[in-house]
Amino acid sequence: MDFLRPDTLAEALALKAQRPDAVPIAGGTDVMVELNFDHRRPAALLDLTRIAELRSWDADGDNGDTVRIGACVPYTRIIEELGERLPGLAMASRTVGSPQIRNRGTVGGNLGAASPAGDTHPVLLAADATVEAASTRGTRLIPATDFYLGVKRNALEPDELITAVHVPATRAPQQFSKVGTRNAMVIAVCSFAVALHPAQNRVGAAVGSAAPTPRRASAAEEFLSAELTSTNQWESPKPLLDSVKRRFGDLVAEAASPIDDVRGSAAYRKHALSVLARRTLGWAWQDYSGKVA
Amino acid sequence: MSLTPAELTSAVSGGIGSSPQRPDGNLKVRGEFAYASDLWHEDMIWGATLRSPHPYARIVSIDLTEALQVPGVYAVLTHQDVPGQNRYGLEHKDQPVLAEEVVRYQGEPVALVGADHPETAQRAMKRIKVEYEVLTPVVDMETAADDTPLHPGGNLVRHVPVRRGDQHAEAEVVVTGRYEVGMQDQAFLGPESGLAVPDEEGGVDLYIATQWLHVDQAQVAAALGLPLEQVRLTLSGVGGAFGGREDLSMQVHACLLALHTGKPTKMVYNREESFYGHVHRHPAVLYYEHGADHTGRLVYVKARIYLDGGAYASSTGAVVANAATLGVGPYDVDNVTVDCWGVYTNNPPCGAMRGFGAVQAGFAYESQMDKLAEALGMDPVDLRIVNAMSEGSVMPTGQVIDSAAPVAQLLKLVKDKPMPPLSTVVDLRDMPGGVSNTTHGEGVVRGVGYAVGIKNICFSEGYDDYSTARVRLQVINGEPAALAHTAAAEVGQGLVTIMQQIVRTELGVERVTILPMDTSIGNGGSTSASRQTYVTGGAVKAACAAVREKLAKLAASRDLSAVDIAGTDLTGVDLAELLGDEVIDETVEWRHRATEPIDPETGQGNAHVQYGFAAHRAVVDVDVELGLVKVVELDCAQDVGKALNPQAVLGQIQGGSAQGLGLAVMEEIQTAGGKVRNPSFTDYLIPTVLDMPPMSIDVLELADPHAPYGVRGVGEPPTISSTPAIVAAIRAATGLALTRVPVRPEHITGT
Repeated sequence: MDFLRPDTLAEALALKAQRPDAVPIAGGTDVMVELNFDHRRPAALLDLTRIAELRSWDADGDNGDTVRIGACVPYTRIIEELGERLPGLAMASRTVGSPQIRNRGTVGGNLGAASPAGDTHPVLLAADATVEAASTRGTRLIPATDFYLGVKRNALEPDELITAVHVPATRAPQQFSKVGTRNAMVIAVCSFAVALHPAQNRVGAAVGSAAPTPRRASAAEEFLSAELTSTNQWESPKPLLDSVKRRFGDLVAEAASPIDDVRGSAAYRKHALSVLARRTLGWAWQDYSGKVA
Repeated sequence: MSLTPAELTSAVSGGIGSSPQRPDGNLKVRGEFAYASDLWHEDMIWGATLRSPHPYARIVSIDLTEALQVPGVYAVLTHQDVPGQNRYGLEHKDQPVLAEEVVRYQGEPVALVGADHPETAQRAMKRIKVEYEVLTPVVDMETAADDTPLHPGGNLVRHVPVRRGDQHAEAEVVVTGRYEVGMQDQAFLGPESGLAVPDEEGGVDLYIATQWLHVDQAQVAAALGLPLEQVRLTLSGVGGAFGGREDLSMQVHACLLALHTGKPTKMVYNREESFYGHVHRHPAVLYYEHGADHTGRLVYVKARIYLDGGAYASSTGAVVANAATLGVGPYDVDNVTVDCWGVYTNNPPCGAMRGFGAVQAGFAYESQMDKLAEALGMDPVDLRIVNAMSEGSVMPTGQVIDSAAPVAQLLKLVKDKPMPPLSTVVDLRDMPGGVSNTTHGEGVVRGVGYAVGIKNICFSEGYDDYSTARVRLQVINGEPAALAHTAAAEVGQGLVTIMQQIVRTELGVERVTILPMDTSIGNGGSTSASRQTYVTGGAVKAACAAVREKLAKLAASRDLSAVDIAGTDLTGVDLAELLGDEVIDETVEWRHRATEPIDPETGQGNAHVQYGFAAHRAVVDVDVELGLVKVVELDCAQDVGKALNPQAVLGQIQGGSAQGLGLAVMEEIQTAGGKVRNPSFTDYLIPTVLDMPPMSIDVLELADPHAPYGVRGVGEPPTISSTPAIVAAIRAATGLALTRVPVRPEHITGT
């Protein structure tokens, strides 16, 4: 197995073009486990840890209203440095593994692995994030909604690397919630993210670990967005009716197509998602009501 | 690095009753302690094990051709290469070193590869072609005895009946229940590992992480067809055991490869292989019927207990006897009818794990006590106290409890502890679900539960249970110094500290060296059954007494006989002056009082040496909508006879309680059709710091007059009562029956 160590992004892209079979590695929290257990033996590893530009984030867009996070920024830094701007992503990052894993693991890695149980995916979907993919042919932005294609399959071309993820900083409430069968360091049985987009009179919602891919709960988003808009609640929020929260929860559960597995039953996952959706919406809306009032 | 672990010397004060620093503590905290997986030898090769993918299959053929062609491969071995007896086992020699005609569980070793690199060994292993004829596995413990026989004698490993009093007693209030216990794993953190080094005379030295050097030695020698003296074992660094290292794993395999190739051979399992490489706790199905009068006094208890031993017997027989003889719990019951069956199936082999049969019964009888309290409208602690056993009580086996049995006192202690306050601010770390942010208080209901348990200490049923200790005393650099040597395995519990404390107390020296444990000295017995402080501690104490006798003779010969050394405190004696150039070196075999086999028809007999008791109160917060549990407090009271090392005692109680918590709410090896579904720490979950609450612990020291210093085994009793106390608390919060552990979220939500 070759170990490729580019110093710059340009070098990395050139190597990836020459060696599309090379597996990128940053924190190694996923790739090294697969190697150690002999589940995967790529012909080459492409080490991204020397590339400084992948390890930084900055606020871009017209008013600094989108945060561009380099693919190799570890979860710990997202929690510490971006907790205010990107509350949903920070919440999801806090639930990843142990402190040691959070020190090394990256959102780029989460996207590269594209596991349906990856913790940051529902937030990226609900928050309208885009994935920046680069190759020697150029750079493109892939909406998170189009990024996840199947179990551990994503929309990258063989010669592409994930260079960053762009997450809108909406200044509006976001929530992330995940069920696991212990109180820390646990893989998701199911997870849920909700993000309010008051500027667009819209709500984003997505489920994780409850379908072959992380996916948006579109019917739930549409129901709630329409409900809030038609009752003029973006401008003058009122406590949400229990019936609205329940309907939202039911539609989120319907968006999932979970399986029975060793971590939980399909029925439990649907049930838990409806509870998580109801609760997180309640928290987000309470937060929003407080801000607007 | 050296293959032989370093001698552990410390010269600090601290005899029995104090908590001196562990001699291996600094090394472990700094990450410098050499565990068995760190072993290294020049020119060593690596062994790998090809395992059966099927729970039950006939081996049609094995083709090694391609594996042998892989460059770097030194040997590929099958059962045909086992020179001695291709059978081993703790109680029955029923398990092949390498499978012959059939495989009886998923993960059963079929062939071995020795190669210059672990990767090479893996590559070659995948080129071994084994043709299997897959057979229908036997997986149901309740019907296994009448199913396809997996071994020549059929599938019943052992049936233990216990009959006491009126077998047809009737009672005013009767409750019945069926309970299930899932398969728990020891989940020790240091995987199976060892290094076998061949000598030039056809023998082998094995450096190994184990719980019992001598029983390993006997089994390895028999399989290799070598006399015992040609198979020498040295204990390497052990990263936890909890029963899971009492059976052989890679011991014979590494020696086979070493002797076959003439090269030092290392084997180390990864986490997944470890799940296939050791026995687990027996899953159980238990049917109980409790009859009581209207005051709550138990009239009778009837139980039928099934234990799934899996593919090979391991210690199933002894586990069955424990579940049967301890099956009614720490209660006075005049009329008892218990039957316990341990069976063969094609599930993973099960054997020793902390609590050893008493855990499974404990979950069922304590669940029944709560059910009975509810039927009687009684407080569950009051009901237990009404029936609590005490010194002088008679066990269902007819054995009279002849030392402290403070069951009622333990229950009162945990009941009288102040309740934790309900939290007023939301801190996710205190919530069910933790920082996963599943609730800010919504759906959370508090519950409180109690349980008490009983465990036998030391080996039972007439087993010749002893330990051997050697103590040497001499002057080094003008200072008296002692050295202690045993073959008793230090697996992390702190036996090395206890041995030093005993020597300091008995001989009045500060500098005490613990030699590496090995088979150059006699048997130390197993590090299990909560027995090492009792038995090896007793042996070290006895060896010290022998040294003191020699000191007395020395004093007499030097006309210092005015000093009564054998009888008094040594602190006033100038040992350096008395010893001069003399070296006193004494080896002693020490036995606890004998036990008896139980009657095979009635279960009657003085089967056990000593009984240990612990009680727990659990306070839980349950998110009843999501089925997630936060154990808020888990308080314990336990009688330890005498706390030789109070800090180590607390550590045992905390650890045992945590393992019980794991069984209550998360730990289970899930199987389907005999196949393990979760052989990883991703999916086999053990408690984290956010799952295990701080504990308030009351330690009673009611000395057992029959035991050295009055000690009572500590390690296992807290594992027994922890689980049912937590489940009782979850029942109190949810109102659900919850008859199976671990309790899963689905059991609470009903989805």
